[in-house]
Amino acid sequence: MDLESLTTTSGEWLRGSGPESAIVISSRIRLARNLAQFPFLTRADDGVRSEIETLLRSKIENLDSQCNLGYLDVGTLNDLDRQFLVERQLISRELAESHGSRGVGISEEENVSLMINEEDHLRMQVLRSGFALDDCWREINLIDDAIESEVTYAFSERWGYLTACPTNVGTGIRVSVMLHLPALVLTKEIQKVFQALQKISLAVRGLYGEGSQAMGDFYQISNQVTLGKSEEQVIAAIQDVVPNIIDYERRMRNELIKQNRQGLHDQVSRAYGILRNAQTISSEETMHLLSSVRMGIDLELIDGLDMSTINELFIQTQPAHLQKIQHEPLESAERNAVRASYLRRRLSAADAERN
Amino acid sequence: MKKCQRCSKPASLHITEIQSGEVQELHLCESCAQGYLSSADTAEPEGDVESLAAQLADATDDESYDALDQIVCPNCGISFREFRSQGRLGCPHDYVAFEEELTPLLENIHGETQHCGKFPKRAPDASRRQYELIKLRNELRSAVEEEDYEAAAKLRDDIQNLETELGHPADELE
Repeated sequence: MDLESLTTTSGEWLRGSGPESAIVISSRIRLARNLAQFPFLTRADDGVRSEIETLLRSKIENLDSQCNLGYLDVGTLNDLDRQFLVERQLISRELAESHGSRGVGISEEENVSLMINEEDHLRMQVLRSGFALDDCWREINLIDDAIESEVTYAFSERWGYLTACPTNVGTGIRVSVMLHLPALVLTKEIQKVFQALQKISLAVRGLYGEGSQAMGDFYQISNQVTLGKSEEQVIAAIQDVVPNIIDYERRMRNELIKQNRQGLHDQVSRAYGILRNAQTISSEETMHLLSSVRMGIDLELIDGLDMSTINELFIQTQPAHLQKIQHEPLESAERNAVRASYLRRRLSAADAERN
Repeated sequence: MKKCQRCSKPASLHITEIQSGEVQELHLCESCAQGYLSSADTAEPEGDVESLAAQLADATDDESYDALDQIVCPNCGISFREFRSQGRLGCPHDYVAFEEELTPLLENIHGETQHCGKFPKRAPDASRRQYELIKLRNELRSAVEEEDYEAAAKLRDDIQNLETELGHPADELE
């Protein structure tokens, strides 16, 4: 797989289509699995890690007919390339920052990613644009079946699939939905959502998962419990709650329009104006302004701009992406200038397309 | 050593709670912590994975764990203490070697102690059927909770059929 070619494309999950895509960016399901004959990675020396990688890599490469995966040897990539994959959500921070033999199989459309030697021997994830958990489950379940027919997973009748951390044991499933909730943030109603989700044992995280901040008003809602509920039950719990959050966000967007349409229109237009004209801009400010513009497109306060362009810019204006696009390492101040120029170029290209 | 915030005993549990986006740190002794964790105004126990992991990691100076800490998995050599300090197990066999110690912990995290999801296809047929039974019972419980009595009645029939088929002891008890 050629990383350079990825810089000019974006993942299928960013295309801004799929059900409820104005508010639901993407749906994701991941499964954690371990091979029965090896220790978990905390007790695996370099030799064992490399054995696991070789074995699982061959199984992943045999899946080709099913989902056409390209394999990347993450252990031999440099820091920038690893960060680039993290920004694209193709590998986790844990895999990027780990050591020894490890790798990832990525599908052409970037919606399947199978990580080897992360916290568990195998971490599989399927991503989709919009609110599409059933599709994610169908696909990941098939991939899991295909790999399972070739290897013996660590499994117990009582505890289910055995994982390195007891918080994942059982189904090893993490079902998550990434939501864009700017109106709930603006009206400070988001706290109520957090409280309600906590009561039903669902976790809320930022754009890049565990411990990351909620940049650009993005929130990931996911399950915490993995034992004692079937995969379908866990998925259904998220499917039940997400429409309520979407409704809530919609109501708040309408409320904002009703209360002060001009004020909101002004705010959104200024955000767009800065993004199109700034000469230097930080990643944080970019996320914040893109979030306004994204809501503006949905509320028809800005026209002629595609949601997918804005979705892509959230990812492509991040540090490692800018450096890959620019083909050179950049210090923070240089990145801010390159980011501003990249934004001007992309947004005026979007303009040209319209005219 | 920090003192418990609710009495004067030494604090052995250090809880970091994130509620409504606000971080709250608590330092409690064992008995106050038990009261705190079971009190009704905190989150459900199963929702508290992160603070539980924090407790697990921080409770290294608690004497009552000393005996448990000595237990070592014969397969991978990890001790229960090592697991508690890093939060990661050493090998699949740890779930057997530390079963007694892990059970309350898993119950705390997940609120359940029996898997009821997917099952590897290559498992023996008998245990797969047994397993189907566990799954149906679990579904029955959710159906009753959701007051979906039509589904519950059907599940009850399915369970009875499967039990008869498996020659389940339920028949003999009656």
